[in-house]
Amino acid sequence: MTTASIDSARNRRGLSFIGNWRQYVVYIGFVLIFAVFAVVLSDRGFLSTNNLLNITRQTAIISIMAMAMTFVLCAGEIDLSVGAIAGLASVVSSITLSRYGLIPSVLAGLATGLVVGAVNGGLTAWVGIPSFLVTLGMMGFARGLGMWTSGTSPVPVIDDTFIAIFGSGNIGPVPVLVFWVAILGTVSHITLHKTPFGRKLLATGGGETAARYSGVKTRTVKFQALLITATAASIAGMLYAGRLQSGRFQLGEGDELSVIAAVVLGGTSLFGGAGTVVGSIVGALLIGVINNGLILLGLDFSQQLMARGVLIVLAVALGRSQRS
Amino acid sequence: MTKVAAAVEMTGIKKSFGGLNVLRGVEFSVDRGTVHALMGENGAGKSTLLKILQGVVAPTEGSISVFGRPMSVHSPEISRSLGIGMIFQELSLIPSLTIAQNIFLTREPRRFGVFVDDGAAATRARALMSELGLDLDPNTRVEKLSTGQMQMVEIAKAISQNARVLIMDEPTSALSGFEVEHLFGVLKRLTADGVAIIYVSHRMDEIYRVAEHVTVLRDGRNVATASLKQMQIQDLIEHMIGKRVGVFDWRPRAVDRSRPPVLELRNVSGTEKPIEVSFKVHAGEVLGIAGLLGSGRSELARVMFGIDQKLSGEIRVKDRPIEIDRPRAAMDAGIALIPESRSREGLIVAHSVRANLGLPRIDDLVRGPLIDNAEEAKSTERIVHKLRIKTETDAVPVRTLSGGNQQKVVLGKWMATNPDILILDEPTAGIDVGSKSEIVELIRGLADEGRAIVMISSEIAELLAVSDRVLIMSDGRLVREVTRDEISSWMEDQDPSDSDGGARIAKAEHGLQMLLQEVRLTAPAR
Repeated sequence: MTTASIDSARNRRGLSFIGNWRQYVVYIGFVLIFAVFAVVLSDRGFLSTNNLLNITRQTAIISIMAMAMTFVLCAGEIDLSVGAIAGLASVVSSITLSRYGLIPSVLAGLATGLVVGAVNGGLTAWVGIPSFLVTLGMMGFARGLGMWTSGTSPVPVIDDTFIAIFGSGNIGPVPVLVFWVAILGTVSHITLHKTPFGRKLLATGGGETAARYSGVKTRTVKFQALLITATAASIAGMLYAGRLQSGRFQLGEGDELSVIAAVVLGGTSLFGGAGTVVGSIVGALLIGVINNGLILLGLDFSQQLMARGVLIVLAVALGRSQRS
Repeated sequence: MTKVAAAVEMTGIKKSFGGLNVLRGVEFSVDRGTVHALMGENGAGKSTLLKILQGVVAPTEGSISVFGRPMSVHSPEISRSLGIGMIFQELSLIPSLTIAQNIFLTREPRRFGVFVDDGAAATRARALMSELGLDLDPNTRVEKLSTGQMQMVEIAKAISQNARVLIMDEPTSALSGFEVEHLFGVLKRLTADGVAIIYVSHRMDEIYRVAEHVTVLRDGRNVATASLKQMQIQDLIEHMIGKRVGVFDWRPRAVDRSRPPVLELRNVSGTEKPIEVSFKVHAGEVLGIAGLLGSGRSELARVMFGIDQKLSGEIRVKDRPIEIDRPRAAMDAGIALIPESRSREGLIVAHSVRANLGLPRIDDLVRGPLIDNAEEAKSTERIVHKLRIKTETDAVPVRTLSGGNQQKVVLGKWMATNPDILILDEPTAGIDVGSKSEIVELIRGLADEGRAIVMISSEIAELLAVSDRVLIMSDGRLVREVTRDEISSWMEDQDPSDSDGGARIAKAEHGLQMLLQEVRLTAPAR
């Protein structure tokens, strides 16, 4: 066993360059794919300001949920209900908006996330049901609740301020969605990497027993992580409502998978203990660029789905850290 | 003139790992139909020798034959086919499968050569178990069994794979008294059938009951092989310890017991262990806790730190009762625990040295809402420097450090919380001699600073080197207190001419080892 550890130490040193290379695969992949599309699609407006802004607008909402999902995955849990929560929150805030005005509508949207998140977190942390199951159940429940509340029909959003703040507005030439990503991204990044809470979160995901022995209240940490994803999803829901000028229970359908794909692409471990917010955002952008490029290439939707699937698995496989 | 070949015949076994000679020529022979005890201290080479027999590790030199058939290739498959079976300490059964499914895992009886025939498996399992005198329904799921029953299933599984040599490592440490009796009954049946059993244990009362022969390993050599009828416990322990050279001597220290104790336990009981434990520790005192595997030492530590539940009794810190229901409560009361399992409980091995060192007091390492990087870096530097932790930078994962340096990181992260009370559970397990002596020195220093220390250890030499008193645990209870005077009396009552350090320490160890065994021999039957 002594020889084995010496050997592996030697290997680690020898492979450290490759190890680093793998860590940054999402950034390398982003640059490579962006460059390929920029050359191949130069005559189809891929590099036009309009198209680039379009990409960021389309990926912003996924990015915001991906930041929060980074937290949950770092804590060693998962949240499959983000898409459904976004749909529910879009319905709740739209209905409240038409009846009580702007501020109550935003509060109601956020409250939706907080309540759902508290249920997810409580069942996971204190009752001990795996988050995979809790949020799988919540995915159906929240979607159904949104459908029931809205009577299956879209709820129109006609408040100009709401539309401007959430999703459709611009500040100068820049879409307001980009600001949402920048602000929430900065806050998330700082929270994960520079606060005691972030450390405890990574510790809980990296080794729950050791974290507990070190005085970390691991259940509270897991509760908070699931509260964060649900709240972020409710913000995403309001952004959907503002962008599409209506609240619909179907909004965000299937987003949980795009979000998890973006986060894992970004280098966050599915097993907890390691992750980056910036990586998740770039992961979301990468998926956005792939989608956009494939559309411009003239692939039809079925081909896009297939190509996207292959590219994501390929990127994750390349970025997978060596496990002995 | 044809002699019946021994069940196991290992000759001239040598093994070195990267220049370190773990085995230096071991002769080990086990007769068929006998129980052969293999003894030795931690690090004597027992586990390496057994790993070689199991084919997991290849010897550097030496030859092995099993029932006369030579083992020329070293692989677990070859070993198994020669009839070697290991009864794992960490049970290797799958809890969600039934007894029968576990026994025949990957060798299931088939119907039409395709379908698994659970009925036939159950019938065969039942026959097998009745041979062993076991009364268990083969369709019971393993998760419903007690530890002792699981062990029986392990044995049945090994026998069904035609094992003729069973290796058992501390098989009774997790068993109840009744289960131990049952196990011994099963071993008797097996040996009557010609099976040879290699039995590793530190419990000499059991060894004298169950085994015919014993081989003692020390420093990678077999120093004694004999029939147990011809060897007294004292001699056995002497063979295990040998003459100590260059180990740690006790240094007398003054402990002020006039003031109230820093930590006091009054009749503290956990869910199973500990049972009604009471003791006091004063500032500047090192209290050693000794006991064999399964005596409840670690459980005691976990109850004191709020990890295991305390059922009854009172824990008092500085003369005030404290409710410790979680680690945070223990930490707030000034308690720190260096836990038994370094990699699972002590460290997050994939995270950096710095992140590990900061974790217990991360809430205090802040400026405003953010972690104070400068302060954290400074504090990390201080600990790394003070404990001489050998690491390239503080950003490398703890996993890449040696065992001794990892243990220093655990010590460092808790020393940084500036605790009044430090509980150490096996702080020197599995680390090199150099780090050991550094850690012993560190513990002395911490006590000299006025902290109260509770040190739990199986390594008697280290325990004796630092403890002002030693308490002995057995079956969850504190059964004996050993004072320094008593320890000195062991050292002195031999003839004083050979009073060089090594021999004196060996005598002290001998005395404590004897006591550990005695408290079991004299304990009332459970």
